[in-house]
Amino acid sequence: MEPVVRVRGLRTQFGAQVILDGLDLDVVQGEVLGVVGGSGSGKSVLLRTIIGLNRQTAGTIEVLGRDTATLGREGMKALRTHWGVLFQDGALFSSLTVAENVQVPMKEHSDLAPALRDELARIKINLVGLPPDAASKYPSELSGGMRKRAGLARALALDPEIVFLDEPTAGLDPIGASDFDSLILNLRQSLGLTVFMVTHDLDSLHAICDRIAVLIDKKIVVGTLDDHLRNPHPWVQAYFRGPRARAALGM
Amino acid sequence: MTDPGGFETAQHPDGWVLAARGDWSVETAPGLDERLRLLVAPGAGPAWIDLSALERLDSAGAWLLHRTRQSLAAAGLDIAFAGVRPEHEGLLNRVIEADKPMAMARARPNALLDLLRHVGEGTLTVLVEARDLLGFFGLTVLVAARTLVRPGRLRFTSLVNHMEQVGLNAMPIVGLLSFLIGVVLAYQGADQLRRFGAELFTVNLLGVSILRELGILIAAIIIAGRSGSAFTAQIGTMKVNQEVDALQALGLDPIELLVLPRAFALILTLPLITFFANLMGLFGGALMSLFVLDISLGQFLRQLQEAVTTTTFWVGMVKAPVFAFIIALVGCYCGLKVKGNAESVGRMTTQSVVESIFLVIVTDAGFSILFSYLEI
Repeated sequence: MEPVVRVRGLRTQFGAQVILDGLDLDVVQGEVLGVVGGSGSGKSVLLRTIIGLNRQTAGTIEVLGRDTATLGREGMKALRTHWGVLFQDGALFSSLTVAENVQVPMKEHSDLAPALRDELARIKINLVGLPPDAASKYPSELSGGMRKRAGLARALALDPEIVFLDEPTAGLDPIGASDFDSLILNLRQSLGLTVFMVTHDLDSLHAICDRIAVLIDKKIVVGTLDDHLRNPHPWVQAYFRGPRARAALGM
Repeated sequence: MTDPGGFETAQHPDGWVLAARGDWSVETAPGLDERLRLLVAPGAGPAWIDLSALERLDSAGAWLLHRTRQSLAAAGLDIAFAGVRPEHEGLLNRVIEADKPMAMARARPNALLDLLRHVGEGTLTVLVEARDLLGFFGLTVLVAARTLVRPGRLRFTSLVNHMEQVGLNAMPIVGLLSFLIGVVLAYQGADQLRRFGAELFTVNLLGVSILRELGILIAAIIIAGRSGSAFTAQIGTMKVNQEVDALQALGLDPIELLVLPRAFALILTLPLITFFANLMGLFGGALMSLFVLDISLGQFLRQLQEAVTTTTFWVGMVKAPVFAFIIALVGCYCGLKVKGNAESVGRMTTQSVVESIFLVIVTDAGFSILFSYLEI
């Protein structure tokens, strides 16, 4: 099967500092891929490069079979409607209410009539499990967990094939985090999403990720949890066999 | 390529059928939405929505199906989905489940009441602000007095650092602007006074207006924009990072540590900056007089000496420390009032600049009245 995201020989650098080098990665349709790595190893850079916020120095990135480097402005704009991005703290526009935030992509990228936009925004806000009074609130009136849910509703506004999540459970209490995990699983199932998730949360990795991509030495190693447990690399061993991992993974 | 979505309706012997086919997704939703809204229910009776020819379905399409079924049911049809493909079933159920009522916009209050509320709120804010600023003034004076009794408590490194930032680094911009104001004033003054053959009095105009008012006002306004705002942003950022809380938790006084060095630095440097602004303004005027009016530098100085006295000079200079204190006070006060987030830092910085320039000009007017009573 054709992968939805296909990265080959990716290299990114800022000035003389090389962050990623010779990185290959395939994201398969319908999977939840968790990306882990040490602080500063370039997880967020990888995410930002795939969605076109950073430019790669070398290598190719194909999303849904289209090469992002050769697409140009219009092509990129069209491609962007096929993915949704949830930034760390939701990144909601602070001057708009939640309902207006969710409608921003619909207004910009589709010809949906205002009444239908309202209806779809309501469905999306309900889908992510926000309470009924949240739609008319401003981001500053919401808790961190609710902001993330609202951010997810905005990411889902145009029914994307892929969603990119940057640390979706960071800063949530354990109950909120596990609720968010099951929300992602549930949406993946019902909407047929492919999920690319940067995370540090060992519980999430264990609970919802089909495959785990580990960023080490500027490259990525993809595999299931069991594959990684057998990987002799010291960082991988420290990560997946550390005391916290053992508690989370029940070993 | 999938079939661009569509639907047909037909009356079968056993009921009315709406057959959906092709692509029902967010891309085809605008057209489908338009057609579905025009759909009229054919009276009562059994009916179903046939989904067996549906290829692609996303949540927008699922919503349209659900909405159509609901509105037809409300029109009296006994309607159900039929031929749902297994891959569509989960999504359809999820969307039906998500159809819960929700207030999408806030209730708009009465416009007149809203206006009244805004006026009341604004008035109250101004009064509360004035009271709080006065309170902060008192607190700062108290801490300053305590520090002056024991000068060892004043942070000299911080003081010198701030003096460099607010004083030395502001010299180029203050100098340039004062120079330009001197040039403009001389040019305009000469133009008007020439009609009366009194070109020489341009020098009097320059001397009195720059020394008494313009030098100090320009310096104070630039410093308020440049340093008052910086005070707010610095202290506000520390507030956001909880550094101010950390200071208090360590038993240190934020007023003594953050406010006093800034206030003293400004009180010490603004008079010097004002003096420099005066010189540059007069220099600009002298240069313009030389070119436009042919008044030589010697003549200019002689005329200036006749026009102004040391009192004129001191009338301007005496305002400098007062304005400096106002600017520092408002800058620090607004910084300490920052709440929680980065947006608040921006808002308070704007407020700090507006408030300090407002207070500087109001105080300047107060000084004018005072001096006219004292006949200076």
